[in-house]
Amino acid sequence: MTLSAQIELRLGSLDLCAELDVVPGELLALLGPNGAGKSTLLRCLAGLAPIDAGRIVVDDIVVDDPANDTFVEPEERPIGFVFQDYLLFEHMSVLENVAFGLRARQARKVDALRIARDWVERVGLAEYADQRPRSLSGGQAQRAALARALATTPRLLLLDEPLAALDAGTRASVRRDLRRHLDTFDGMRVLVTHDPVDAYALADRVAIVEAGRIVQVGTLAEVTAHPRSRYVADLVGVNLVAGVVADGVLTTEAGARVVIADALPGQSLAVIRPHSIMLVREPSAGWSARNTWSGTIADIDRLGDRVRVGIDGQLPLTAEITVAALDSLQLRPGDDIHASVKATDIEVYLA
Amino acid sequence: MTRQRRRRGRAALPLPVLALASVAVVFFALPLVGLVWRAPWSNAWQYLGDDDVLTALRLSMICSLWATGLSIVFGVPLAWLLARVEFPGRNVVRALCTLSMVLPPVVGGVALFFALGRRGIVGQYLDQWFDVTLPFTTAGVVVAQTFVAMPFLVITVEASLRQLDTRFEDASRTLGASRWYTFRRVTLPAIRPALAAGAVLAWARALGEFGATITFAGNFPGTTQTMPLAVYLSLETNPEEAIVLALLLMAISFAVLVGLRDRWFGRPDRAMSTVAA
Repeated sequence: MTLSAQIELRLGSLDLCAELDVVPGELLALLGPNGAGKSTLLRCLAGLAPIDAGRIVVDDIVVDDPANDTFVEPEERPIGFVFQDYLLFEHMSVLENVAFGLRARQARKVDALRIARDWVERVGLAEYADQRPRSLSGGQAQRAALARALATTPRLLLLDEPLAALDAGTRASVRRDLRRHLDTFDGMRVLVTHDPVDAYALADRVAIVEAGRIVQVGTLAEVTAHPRSRYVADLVGVNLVAGVVADGVLTTEAGARVVIADALPGQSLAVIRPHSIMLVREPSAGWSARNTWSGTIADIDRLGDRVRVGIDGQLPLTAEITVAALDSLQLRPGDDIHASVKATDIEVYLA
Repeated sequence: MTRQRRRRGRAALPLPVLALASVAVVFFALPLVGLVWRAPWSNAWQYLGDDDVLTALRLSMICSLWATGLSIVFGVPLAWLLARVEFPGRNVVRALCTLSMVLPPVVGGVALFFALGRRGIVGQYLDQWFDVTLPFTTAGVVVAQTFVAMPFLVITVEASLRQLDTRFEDASRTLGASRWYTFRRVTLPAIRPALAAGAVLAWARALGEFGATITFAGNFPGTTQTMPLAVYLSLETNPEEAIVLALLLMAISFAVLVGLRDRWFGRPDRAMSTVAA
């Protein structure tokens, strides 16, 4: 009862060759830049883009296998798809949109509308049920699209950049909502995003997609700590620190304190870029205004002319320094070290 | 439209454009004014109550509506084919299917005659096998009108289908809708304004059809004599009647165009087209 896909597809300049496995209850995020082929991978899983070679199996049913001439049409796959700009049907009310999938599957109109109303209420859109989608805000439209996709009780939910169409101000709260709704879904989920913060907030595992290839798979913590290439390091190799903000200080579960420039109080996520971290053997007196944490060096990875230094301690961090700095500090695994960051170099998001 | 917007629009229009546009409006309005001016108003009701006139009017309405219906039934699938399916020679097929828009209608009528007439390439079999004769029958009028009217619907609907964001159809498929259900419930409603516009254009063309009708179906009162034919004939026998009939035809067409404009063309539903998305 899993998703297992080997996908090969050439489409224009895109050369896709990827393997995915997702188990029930798991959310896999496909993370990568625009044009990497993430959305096309989703379209392959949905049956909107037939693959050239490979095999896609959903819940023990082969849905695409060109070698054996098997192809299940999109409408016969147990899927739900939330598109990037939601694609709600403008000539129907919100309720009719949500009921669409059930009606298309020949449910009786009364039954379809009853189930749809249930979903509309569940995503908090009861008062908009009879309105046209254009009257909804971005976040509401996303919830309507999610309800529409879930109303047919799919086994595999596909989400294509569900937060990209939103402005920065509403993203955090919509992300929180989305997480809450996704948690109630026990099937398999694949989410496409270009934002590591989305992946951190929503995904159990990430697959990094680069130019049609999956270059690394793992939990976000694994990938962040040990990016296998410069490219992955640049994309996701940031330190994501979760904690509660109060009085300009974010406190992690382990009790580490991170001074931040300005942020709203509440459950938050701080992004500390590895190259903004300074490493010193002994903190000097003039550093009182900075964040300074002590720890021991766990590992040292060289990626080209850069070196990533993993630090264990109350606040586990990855720092990125030059080879010259590594030589002058003469760092070795097991050494004690102090890491410091300017408060203004830390980005904070409400989680 | 608010008063303020109208005023700004007028102010923004360059004078030469305004002058030329005015000439165009006058050009279209003058014939109508000419008819109204020459119309024998005192006898108008007498001509309109004439049995022959009513017969021609009824025939015109029935045939043009049939032609519009046939144009929709066959024209929408044709537009879909031309818009969505890549096949060799598509441009040739498109040109072929819209040829009757630029062809002199009389030529179209002659061509129809050699295709569907009793000795025609298909017509002879219609006659032999099914005992169906199209020329000089009311059905022949419908065929002639459909022949010249359908392209108007096809090009309007095809343009709209090209603009439609196909991802809406993708979304429908992922929700469990078959291609046919998707076409009916997603594609058709999205192109409804264009379909209505195309249908009105096709209907107006069918209503005014003269050349193909008279060549292919002849001019028999009660069976093939539509309003335009009646106008043309009475011009020789009774010019006053011709004027009244012409005015009536104009009034009907004008009323339909004005009436439908606000309803269907006024607020195009572009939310699902690629232009807006």
